[in-house]
Amino acid sequence: MKQIPAPFWTLVLGIAVTLISLWVGQNHHLLPVQASEQAPLVDDLFNVMVTIGTALFIVVQGAIVYSLIRFRQPKGDDTDGLPIEGNLPLEAFWTAIPAVIVVGLGLYSVVVFQEMGGFSPGGHHGQGAMMAMAPQPSVIDVAPLIAQTEAGEDVYSKTQVYGFGASPLVQMNQPDVTVNVTGMQYAWIFRYPGTGITDGELHIPVGQDVQLKIEAQDVIHSFWVPQFRLKQDALPGEPAELRFVATREGTYPVVCAELCGAYHGGMRTQVIVHSAEDYAAWVASRVAEAAPTTAVAQSAVDATDAEYLAKIAPELAKASVQIAQSTPTHP
Amino acid sequence: MAQAEVSMKPTEIQGGHGHPDKWKWYDYFTFNVDHKVIGIQYLVTSFLFYLVGGFMAVLMRTELATPDSDFLSPELYNAFLTNHGTIMIFLWIVPAAIGGFGNYLIPLMIGARDMAFPKLNALAFWLNPPAGLLLAASFFFGGGAQSGWTSYPPLSEITANLPQTLWCLALIMVGTSSILGSVNFLVTIWKMRVPSMAWDQMPLFCWAMVATSVLALFATPVLAAALILLIFDINFGTSFFKPDAGGNVVVYQHLFWFYSHPAVYLMILPIFGIMSEVIPVHARKPIFGYKAIAYSSLTICLVGLFVWVHHMFTSGTAPWMRIFFTISTLIVAVPTGIKIFSWTATLWGGKIRYTTAMLFAVGLLSMFVFGGLSGVTLGAAPFDIHVHDTYYVVGHFHYVLFGGSVFGIYAGIYHWFPKITGRMLNEPLGKVHFVLTFIGTLLTFTPMHNLGMQGMPRRVAMYDPQFADLNQLVTVGAYILAVSVIPFYFNVIWSWIKGAKAGPNPWNAMTMEWTTDSPPIIENWEVLPVLTHGPYAYGMEQADQVGPAGEPLATPRS
Ligand code: HEM
Ligand SMILES: [Cu+2]
Ligand SMILES: [Cu+2]
Repeated sequence: MKQIPAPFWTLVLGIAVTLISLWVGQNHHLLPVQASEQAPLVDDLFNVMVTIGTALFIVVQGAIVYSLIRFRQPKGDDTDGLPIEGNLPLEAFWTAIPAVIVVGLGLYSVVVFQEMGGFSPGGHHGQGAMMAMAPQPSVIDVAPLIAQTEAGEDVYSKTQVYGFGASPLVQMNQPDVTVNVTGMQYAWIFRYPGTGITDGELHIPVGQDVQLKIEAQDVIHSFWVPQFRLKQDALPGEPAELRFVATREGTYPVVCAELCGAYHGGMRTQVIVHSAEDYAAWVASRVAEAAPTTAVAQSAVDATDAEYLAKIAPELAKASVQIAQSTPTHP
Repeated sequence: MAQAEVSMKPTEIQGGHGHPDKWKWYDYFTFNVDHKVIGIQYLVTSFLFYLVGGFMAVLMRTELATPDSDFLSPELYNAFLTNHGTIMIFLWIVPAAIGGFGNYLIPLMIGARDMAFPKLNALAFWLNPPAGLLLAASFFFGGGAQSGWTSYPPLSEITANLPQTLWCLALIMVGTSSILGSVNFLVTIWKMRVPSMAWDQMPLFCWAMVATSVLALFATPVLAAALILLIFDINFGTSFFKPDAGGNVVVYQHLFWFYSHPAVYLMILPIFGIMSEVIPVHARKPIFGYKAIAYSSLTICLVGLFVWVHHMFTSGTAPWMRIFFTISTLIVAVPTGIKIFSWTATLWGGKIRYTTAMLFAVGLLSMFVFGGLSGVTLGAAPFDIHVHDTYYVVGHFHYVLFGGSVFGIYAGIYHWFPKITGRMLNEPLGKVHFVLTFIGTLLTFTPMHNLGMQGMPRRVAMYDPQFADLNQLVTVGAYILAVSVIPFYFNVIWSWIKGAKAGPNPWNAMTMEWTTDSPPIIENWEVLPVLTHGPYAYGMEQADQVGPAGEPLATPRS
């Protein structure tokens, strides 16, 4: 080791650390399957961060462990170490490198954010379409949306909508499917405007542009599908939106991620991503089911929470504690 | 840094005579104005609260050993969750790190006889026990506050109202305490340094306390405002945060996080200060990059005031905010990195003593590398949206709060216990304590990251059975952590009574607190010391110079 110059070792170590980090960044298997168009974007960002993180982790931990072994106090030696107080070039170097890294990550995040549709929730989709309908008192053209929604759901006339909207590619397009999502203690309720379908599970077609219009009825909830990498708080009084294309058929959990009361952990349901045909069949079957009993579907709107839940989530409705905590102000 | 000039004659003792030489035990239970007594009061109470908060954590982890809610009722789980977080932050770390170490050490480190406003100081401490009592009372009147330590409305307005109000009042009290304490620290450090000590000759712990105090002064009043509005909403029919009556639920979040994000720096900055004291002494080297460390504390303080929205990326947050706060959050990694690198460089080329204090300091360093990196991932909004409010976040913040703050407080205790009590802690027992803590921390908080990414939300008493295995592992880790405190508490009590005598400077350290007796006499010094060398002049010649009274300031090196 004496004969080999230090730069050589630095080079070898550098290459080794780089290779290990690149490998870890691609093979960590920490995230669940990807089931939306946004998911790969998020995962790529995460993988880059894991790669950089692994490299930094190895280098810093390595330096720490090396020092601990190499520079431990020799037996019986009570003297001090080297009186080094600083090293300006070194300090400038290790300030500049992280600064470059974080600025790079910041810019990358902005790009991902843009591609995910973060800049356009509640934005300009459907511009000009159906303008002849009643003009709305807002800067966003939400007339078509409002026309579809049911009574009491006009929070969308607010100007600010939070969440993820259409990605830049489809910004001008109307969504293929719109679902109104309501969070309440302790259930998610999915309503399909124009069809009378109300369900406790979310059904959507694969490969189509889905728009969820999210609101909360009592307290804050948070709509999360881990496989979609998307999450948006459902805020009472503040409209929110998630727009995405599911890319993989299957059944995935829908989780409430914001503390919403004692049974917050029980506020789970599923999203079922169907093939286009299956989805059409599901809609048809649900509409047929609902048709003869329009009165029931109708009255659901005015039902108390208990009655409401009894239909969609019987096991919840039986637990009186939970119902008692819901505010009795169903729209 | 330059060697200090001997610029003044020793100050005469100011009215110290006629006082007793030492305080009696009961003086520690009274409204005492001595900064050392107050420091000990803070430390002891915070360590009691640590047990309470830890007990709650163990109960929560027992509940989470199985997917169903079968050990605690969900309401009780949420009450423990809320109070665990609140106690750990507001009645453990903040009072221990800021109140305890700050009060005990600042005057001793700058050569002052006491804090600038001793009575204010005592008042600040005595706001804490009643705050704890209010939290305790909240359990007996309505089952404890249940809406998490963030207490977001509307949930906090519709769950058990009385305990929620008591919770708010308790936090307002500790907030007031921290404002009073901060004013005191700033004035003390500004005005009461021995005349021979320039700003850049202060120990780095003092710089950390400056940054901490500035941050507390800016941020804490905002928390108080939010809580007062919340109390009004709950009890007096206002509707600041009630959406159905024209209020806005997101405003609360802005107010809350404007305080509570800086609060995490409040917790960690004093710990960084402790690190900068402990590492040089036990590595026998000057701290690497004194100025860089001092200024990075101030930078963290400044940038830390502009990052709060990263807690709200999934909430009601406009796109530009997500962008702005992503960038500002990531920037905080730079000054933090500077500190990590500087401490690592301080180890390099040293003669490292494997004392327990050093083990905890190095343990902190390696934990913090991991916690810091996961923090960077959370700063990037697109990824944070996936893991926000999941166990990934719980894993991250326990890495920095347990691996960071708690390790730092332990390091500080092992380092300064001889100064505070005049006796050494038992080292072998300390090492048992360290090993258990280190393993327990890794086992408890590492799998939490996986759980969060896979889909487990936080603050749940029941969860999807697919997460059962990892949760059991975490619970085992938590039990190890619970056991780890036993050797420590035993060590402290036993050594306080029977430990080996320490002498004034058992570590051969160079900061000023080591120039007086252990424990220090009531007004700290017979004759105020004069600075003859910088705080970290290890291995340097001037370190061997002698103090004014003809005694060496630090034991000369061979
Ligand atoms: C014995 C070690 C500890 C264990 C086993 C532990 C465990 C836990 C658990 C299980 C939770 C609930 C997570 C959730 O459902 O969101 C939690 C929350 C929390 N813990 Fe700890 N913890 C420990 C120590 C600490 C320490 C030292 C701090 C320091 C400040 C701390 C601060 C917090 C905070 C702020 C929360 C969030 C509470 C909330 O969301 O309202 N914990 N901890
Ligand atoms: Cu919920
Ligand atoms: Cu919830």
